[in-house]
Amino acid sequence: MIRQPVVQVSGIRKLYGATVAVDEVSFDVQEGEIFGLIGPNGAGKTTTMECVEGLRVPDRGTISVLALDPVRDARRLQNRIGVQLQEAQLQKRVKVWEAVDLWASLYPKTVNGDRLLEQLGLADKRDAWFMTLSGGQKQRLFIALALINDPEVVFLDELTTGLDPQARRAIWDLVRGIRARGKTVCLTTHLMEEAERLCDRVAIIEHGRIIDIDTPGRLVGRHCPERTVVLTTDDRTAEGRFRTIPLVDAVSRRDSRYTIRGRGEGMVTQVIDCLSEHRIRVTDFRTVLPNLEDVFLKLTGHSIRD
Amino acid sequence: MLRGLGKLTWLEIKIFLREPLGVVGAIGMPVLVFVVLGRLLGRRAAARSPDVASGVSVDVAVFATILIALAAVLSLITIISIYREGGILKRLRATPLRPETILTAHVVVKLVFTAATLALMIVVGARYYPMALDVRVVSFSLALLLSTTSILSTGFLIASIVPTARFAQPMASLILYPMIAISGLFVPVESLPTALQTVARLVPLTYAVSLLKGIWNGSAWSAHLLDIAALILVFVVCTALSAKLFRWE
Ligand SMILES: Nc1ncnc2c1ncn2[C@@H]1O[C@H](COP(=O)(O)OP(=O)(O)OP(=O)(O)O)[C@@H](O)[C@H]1O
Ligand SMILES: [Mg+2]
Repeated sequence: MIRQPVVQVSGIRKLYGATVAVDEVSFDVQEGEIFGLIGPNGAGKTTTMECVEGLRVPDRGTISVLALDPVRDARRLQNRIGVQLQEAQLQKRVKVWEAVDLWASLYPKTVNGDRLLEQLGLADKRDAWFMTLSGGQKQRLFIALALINDPEVVFLDELTTGLDPQARRAIWDLVRGIRARGKTVCLTTHLMEEAERLCDRVAIIEHGRIIDIDTPGRLVGRHCPERTVVLTTDDRTAEGRFRTIPLVDAVSRRDSRYTIRGRGEGMVTQVIDCLSEHRIRVTDFRTVLPNLEDVFLKLTGHSIRD
Repeated sequence: MLRGLGKLTWLEIKIFLREPLGVVGAIGMPVLVFVVLGRLLGRRAAARSPDVASGVSVDVAVFATILIALAAVLSLITIISIYREGGILKRLRATPLRPETILTAHVVVKLVFTAATLALMIVVGARYYPMALDVRVVSFSLALLLSTTSILSTGFLIASIVPTARFAQPMASLILYPMIAISGLFVPVESLPTALQTVARLVPLTYAVSLLKGIWNGSAWSAHLLDIAALILVFVVCTALSAKLFRWE
C-alpha cells in the first residue's frame, strides 16, 4: 500500500510586493520522517513553512497537509498540527504554567503539560513570567506549546536558534522522540550539523527555490563524491604506489605526511588495500569526508553563512 | 462556540493586575477625578442653590462613567495593537483561538474593571453626591453595561485595523474625545447647529449619553428605545466588521 505523503507541496510561489520570496517550491514529507528545510537567511524557509501551516496564502500552487487544505480546513487542521514560529512573543507577564494551561484548554486532546515542561528543562521556571525568561528558555517554551496537543505533524522554525549546545542536544533528542512515536516533523535550520544529524531528508533552498532534496548522505554522495585520506609514513616507495590506485586523482606530500585525493565510495578501501598489499607502515591515518556544508558550497558557490 | 474564552479572560485579568500602575490607572484615577470634581463642583454649586447642585451631580456622574468607558476603549485598542506588533496575535492565530474569542476576552476584562470602578465610585461618591443614593443602581449599571459594550465595539473595529501601537492611541483619542463635545453631555444635542446635530446622531456616544442621563434621572427604559436600538445596532455592525477586517500581523 502506498501511503499518501503527510505534507504535499506543489509549485508554490509567494510574493511580497515585488519580492519573490518563494518560487516553484515542491516537496513531499512522508509519515514518520524528520524533514528539514536548510538555507541561508532570507532563502524563503519561513515563508514556505508558514504557507504549509496555513498562516500565509501562497499566490500560486497547492498544499495539502494530512489530506487537508491548510487555509480552507484551517480549523480542523489546527487540532492535528503543532507550530513553533521563528519569531513569537507571549504576554510579558504571563507565567509559564499559565501559557501551557491556556494552550491545553484549546485542544480536545493534550499531553501532560508538567511532564512536557520537565522534558524541556523548564520545570523550575513554571511560575516565572514570560518576560523574565532567557531567549533559549522562551524558545523551549514555544516548543512545549507546539507539542501540547500531541500533534501528528510538528512544524519547528529555527528550533535551536539561540540555544546552548547542551540544550540543543536535548531538543534533538526530543525531536527524535517525536519521530519514535510515529509523528512527522518539519523543521528549518541553517545549522548544517543539525540537518545532518537530525533530518532523514533535507531540502536545500536558496533565493526561494529548492536546489535539491534527498537524505544528507545521498546529497553528499551525489554532489561531493570527493574523498581525502591523510596519512603519515616514512616509506619512500609509498608515493608512487598511491598514484597507481584507480580511484585516486592526486597525491601530495609534505615531509612524511601524504594527502591523497580521489572520488567515489570505494576510494578509501582501495587506499587501505594498497597499504596492506605493500606492507606500508603508517603512523597516522585519517579520512576527511565532505559534509552538507560542502554540498551547499558546491551548489550555491558560497558558504551558508555568507 | 468560543473555546478558551473563560481561561483567556481570567488570564488577562491576572496579567492586568500584574501591570505596574495597571489597577491604579484603571480604577484609582477615575475614582480620584470623580471625587475631586465632586468636591469642587458640588461645593460651588451647593452655595448657590440645591437645584443646581443636583443638576451638576448628574453631569459629573455621567461624565465620569463616559470617561471610564472611553478609557476602556483606548486601553483595549492599545493592548490589541501591542499584541499584534509583538507577534502575540500571530502565535495565537496558529491555535484554535478565534479573533472573536480574543476580542471578547479583552472586552470582558474591560467590563469587569469598569464595573469595579463604578462600584467603588458609588461607595466613595455617596459622600459627595447624596443624589446618587436615590439612583436605581441596577438600572444605571445595566445602562452603563450596554453603553460600554457598544462603545467598546467601536474600539474593536479601530483595534482591528490600526497599523501600529504608536498610531493606535492618538488615532483613537482623535476619534473618541471629540465625540464627547457633541454627545449632549454638556450641551443638549437639540441646541447644536444643524450640521453638528446630524453628526451627533451618527455617533454612538450620543445615544449612550442620552440613555445614561435618562436612566440616572429616573426615566423609564421604554422612553429610551431608540437609544437602546442604536447602541445594539452599533455593536452588531462593528463586531461583524471587525471579525471580517481583523488583522493578525
Ligand atoms: N512580511 C514580509 N514582508 C515583505 N517581505 C518579506 C516578509 N517576510 C519575508 N519577506 C522577504 O521574503 C524573503 C524570504 O524570507 P523568509 O523569512 O521566508 O526567509 P528565511 O529563509 O526564513 O530566512 P531566515 O533564515 O533569516 O529566517 C526575504 O527576502 C524577506 O525579506
Ligand atoms: Mg526564517
